[in-house]
Amino acid sequence: MSTDIQTDNSVHNRTTGNKPAARSPFRETIFALLHDKLALTGLIIIAILLLAAVLAPMIAPQNPYDLTQLDIMDNRLPPGSRSMTGAVYLIGTDDQGRDLFSAILYGLRTSVIVGISSAAIALVIGASIGLISAYAGGRTDSFLMRIVDIQLSFPAILIALIFLAIFGQGIDKIILALVVTQWAYYARTIRGSALVERRRAYVDAARSMALPDRRIVFRHILPNCLPPLTVVATMRVAYAIMLEATLSFLGIGLPVTEPSLGLLISNGFEYLLSGDYWISFFPGLALLLLIIGINLIGDALRDILNPRREG
Amino acid sequence: MASYVLSRSLQTVLTLFVMSILVFTGLYLVGNPVDVLLSTTATPAERLEVIQALGLDKPVWEQYWLFLVKALSGDLGNSFVFNQPALTLILSRMPATLELAFVALAMALVIGVPLGVYAGIRPKGLISKSIMTFSILGFSLPTFWIGLVMILLFSVQLGWLPASGRGETTDLFGVPVSFLTWDGLSHLILPAINLALFKISLVIRLTRTGVIECMQLDFVRFARAKGLPETRIVLVHVLKNTLIPLITVVGLELGSLIAFAVVTETIFAWPGMGKLIIDAIGRLDRPVILAYLMITVVMFSLINLLVDILYSIADPRVRLEGKPQ
Repeated sequence: MSTDIQTDNSVHNRTTGNKPAARSPFRETIFALLHDKLALTGLIIIAILLLAAVLAPMIAPQNPYDLTQLDIMDNRLPPGSRSMTGAVYLIGTDDQGRDLFSAILYGLRTSVIVGISSAAIALVIGASIGLISAYAGGRTDSFLMRIVDIQLSFPAILIALIFLAIFGQGIDKIILALVVTQWAYYARTIRGSALVERRRAYVDAARSMALPDRRIVFRHILPNCLPPLTVVATMRVAYAIMLEATLSFLGIGLPVTEPSLGLLISNGFEYLLSGDYWISFFPGLALLLLIIGINLIGDALRDILNPRREG
Repeated sequence: MASYVLSRSLQTVLTLFVMSILVFTGLYLVGNPVDVLLSTTATPAERLEVIQALGLDKPVWEQYWLFLVKALSGDLGNSFVFNQPALTLILSRMPATLELAFVALAMALVIGVPLGVYAGIRPKGLISKSIMTFSILGFSLPTFWIGLVMILLFSVQLGWLPASGRGETTDLFGVPVSFLTWDGLSHLILPAINLALFKISLVIRLTRTGVIECMQLDFVRFARAKGLPETRIVLVHVLKNTLIPLITVVGLELGSLIAFAVVTETIFAWPGMGKLIIDAIGRLDRPVILAYLMITVVMFSLINLLVDILYSIADPRVRLEGKPQ
């Protein structure tokens, strides 16, 4: 049944009169993404960065947090310098004599982990609340949405600031802080589409079969709300990564033992005025590529998954 | 109208009440202020004395009540670091932050609206496409990193503009401001652009979407049928209808600019409240953290309230929503 009810987002099915039901909506989307130049660029950037993050221990010339591998004599070397042992520091070293390229690879890992896990948790919580809100309706709905409204009227960074000021630093705390700042976006998005879906005939059909509410909500309505949720989730991952980097840069996010890109940029900040630009510049470039890559995919997804799009 | 304002005000009071409970529970109960105040060698008797002095032996609701009464009379405690009332400290830093936020907001509107209108009128043109690409970039550039790049370029390499501080200030109605002197202005430019960049992209996108939607409406067709010049249609009829939704956004974005000023102030050593709170978190200066949080929450709630009321004046459908026709 899944292919029949999801024709909204499968462009080809609609134009060819629903004949070949072979492609799943998921594959349709991937197919469309690969045919969009900007989205493809985004996918390639993200694929390379993710690969680099996952394989960091293997491809990094040194483990930047193994103190035995660092040589303080090599500190703040410009890009392309040679180390005491003759290895080349591709993009220079930081104030501890760390190879910046290796540090960025490890930093990417942390940033990606924080971004994806916080978005995933926020998605599960937000989606559940949004679905319950839409399905229950009435007072439950207006109460839950009032909370969402109030929360969204405060900027994410302020909420994260309050949270971190109370609970302190740490990778678990920053993930929680990001979840707290993000769930409301998911809740609002999914409530919007669930309200529409709830009135569809297939929900009546499911009800008339006396299926339990929980099954109707999670097995029937939820899958049909996924397209807009996917778009929001993509954008939110990018935002979560950026927010984490910002908080870490401010020194209230991740502790120095969990070096994310934001922290690397922050480390180089004090040397910026003396002209040692590379310590801050290159980690920032990596962060920028990561965020642009995700946003390019998100932008394309929004066009692809929008049922109202032309043609 | 009156009933709408009343119900929105009540909601604001309720929000403030809930936030004060959250912040209070967070700062007073989750963390233990006694551990921060006492040295590790304190005797149990000294410990008890501090607990009693802080009123921590009282029941929780009574502690909250005392906190609320004191907070309402403007007493949010003394800063551990500066040994001044936390409230005074925050208020003395507030003008700097507000100036930065307002200048950034003005920039976002002055630059964002015209570009957005242009991109909306000719969505397929090359210039429009470049504007939109710029806006994607503006969304993706991390504020703090672009701030660093700006310092690197304009202060370190070119030496055109100072990288930190507020410069010379003059008093305007008793409030120190930077934008009236050249020195102050030169200090203001970089941080203001840095803070505004994200918002410029946002305003461009919103204006563009609004204009595109508006251009397809019947009244535009009618205006064209009447033979009105295209410039008048766009600048008067379309723009007016596009600007209404912008009110909400601009109001909320002012709040978000004040919050995000934390980042810009840290980079450019701008002596505002944001810099103060980051320093306070670093030094565990609880009263200052508490005062900052309470003041920003109050400020935000008031801005939101004001925006909602303004919006209901501009668009009566909002306050009539849910009422019988």
